Amino acid sequence: MTNSQHTPSRVLNKGHELVVSGLTLRAGGVTLVEDASFRLRSGELVALLGRNGAGKTSLLRGAIGIAPRTSGQSRIKDEDTARMPSGQRAKHLAYLPQNRPLAWPNPVRDVVALGRFAHGVALGRLRGVDAQAVERALIACDLQDLAERSTATLSGGELARVHCARAFAAEASLLIADEPVAELDPYHQFRVMELIRNYVDQGGGALVVLHDIVLARRYATRLIWMKDGRIVADGPPEATLDADRLAEIYGVRGHIEDTRVVIDGPL
Amino acid sequence: MRTGLIALALASLAAVFAACLLGPTQMSVERVVLALLGLGAPGDQLVVVQIRLPRALAAFAVGAALGASGAALQGLLRNPLAEPGVLGVSASASLAATATLYYGLAAISAWAMPVAAISGALAATTLIALTALRTASAVTLILIGVGFSSFAGAIMNLLLNLAPNPFSLADMINWMLGSVANRSFHDLALAAPFLMAGLLILFISRHGLSALTLGEEAASGIGLDLKRQRLLVVLGTGLATGAAVSLAGVIGFVGIVAPHIVRSMVDHDPARSLLPAALLAGLMLVLADIGVRIVPTSSELKLGVLAALIGAPAFIWIAMRRRTVHD
Repeated sequence: MTNSQHTPSRVLNKGHELVVSGLTLRAGGVTLVEDASFRLRSGELVALLGRNGAGKTSLLRGAIGIAPRTSGQSRIKDEDTARMPSGQRAKHLAYLPQNRPLAWPNPVRDVVALGRFAHGVALGRLRGVDAQAVERALIACDLQDLAERSTATLSGGELARVHCARAFAAEASLLIADEPVAELDPYHQFRVMELIRNYVDQGGGALVVLHDIVLARRYATRLIWMKDGRIVADGPPEATLDADRLAEIYGVRGHIEDTRVVIDGPL
Repeated sequence: MRTGLIALALASLAAVFAACLLGPTQMSVERVVLALLGLGAPGDQLVVVQIRLPRALAAFAVGAALGASGAALQGLLRNPLAEPGVLGVSASASLAATATLYYGLAAISAWAMPVAAISGALAATTLIALTALRTASAVTLILIGVGFSSFAGAIMNLLLNLAPNPFSLADMINWMLGSVANRSFHDLALAAPFLMAGLLILFISRHGLSALTLGEEAASGIGLDLKRQRLLVVLGTGLATGAAVSLAGVIGFVGIVAPHIVRSMVDHDPARSLLPAALLAGLMLVLADIGVRIVPTSSELKLGVLAALIGAPAFIWIAMRRRTVHD
């Protein structure tokens, strides 16, 4: 369905691992995340699942080191992400947040080039390895024809690809994406997930928040389930996805037929 | 981009030279050139080098400071309507400067005025940046800025109301209206260190403004140190705007209009808009200051009044054309 499989994005420093242990985040007397531990390795596409308000975004932000933690650690190469200089962290770990407001109608190429910010890229002076990385990311996301277009003129699906390309341009070994397919039509949901899978096939490790269990079942190699700020299950889909889990996490009635997920309705 | 910058720089030089040609004493181009080179008659030298040149340079420096501050604040707050004047930074600086006049501090030390103006500007910029952390809405932020402006204006009116004598009243009104008339190299020298430091800080931190295009969350994700970026922009605009106000009083809107004009020429990149916005704003104020001297009015039009007469409608126009998707 995509021609991006022929020209995948590149991943450098393969083999880096994100190790999160005992992470707790509290804010204003409310516990957002309680004692969460997990690992993210290269070659993995991990889906983070849970209801709205279960603490998924807080867990991601705590793991990246951009939200204040109450306790716990999150390490890449034995260095805590919260203590790394932000530029160094960005070279290891690309982050696609849930809210992706673009303040100005920049050309697509410039937005993608911002993915190289930690490498010292200044817009309008793109050269050498940075220019090549941006070009690869544009090709991987099938954006070559839109490269000079203003982002203000793009559709939601095209914009989603621009944000993916921006994250891929860093050529970081790990990617954390918060609801990358929210508000996309079914075609673009698959499209974006294919892009992320290509990235993982190249040796990247991706942690992706999803609300679509069918997509998670189809693409993820591992599922992390969250409820009320805690990780309640972490394992491959075959082991962790069943009717009981759907009832526990989402309060919905459903069943699994081989690899297909069917949601019947609310409990 | 580069040719545009060179063109702006050349145009600014030409405008400053043109400003040196103008004045009550009629002088030929040749006499002005000789005076500028230090070869003219002593009287010509006095008029051109001591009166006309510092006035033109002050107009340019004030414009450059406000243009760069506007571009940087717009990048930081991701809002094309942000500007020292609109956000109340200029008004706060001018209030602090006026207070030194009112209490006679300005007479005690020449540094009192610039230092007070910069402190006022820094305080207001810090408050604005803190508020920006709490609200995602650009409209809220502008409204808070309007509140700051009004409050600073109210205290200013109070000072005017209670002014001890007509002389200090006239002095204070001069500040409020904004003018570079009768500025000397001595005035320039007092403001220059702060102004240059502010511009330098803004210029050094400009690439972080590109990163902020993606929003604060993604910007920190790609490796921007948000706290440092905010601090540098607050410090840079505070110093530059405060210095500009200490030199010329309140001159509004040039910090909105200049970045707006250059933005599409630099692919809407806030980092690349900084330098051309500074040059263009400087050029605009030199031209406006020529304007106030050419317009035949009974008493000379104040630069700040002319800037607002042109700038305020431009502000409204930009606000009306703005896409509202981000609010």
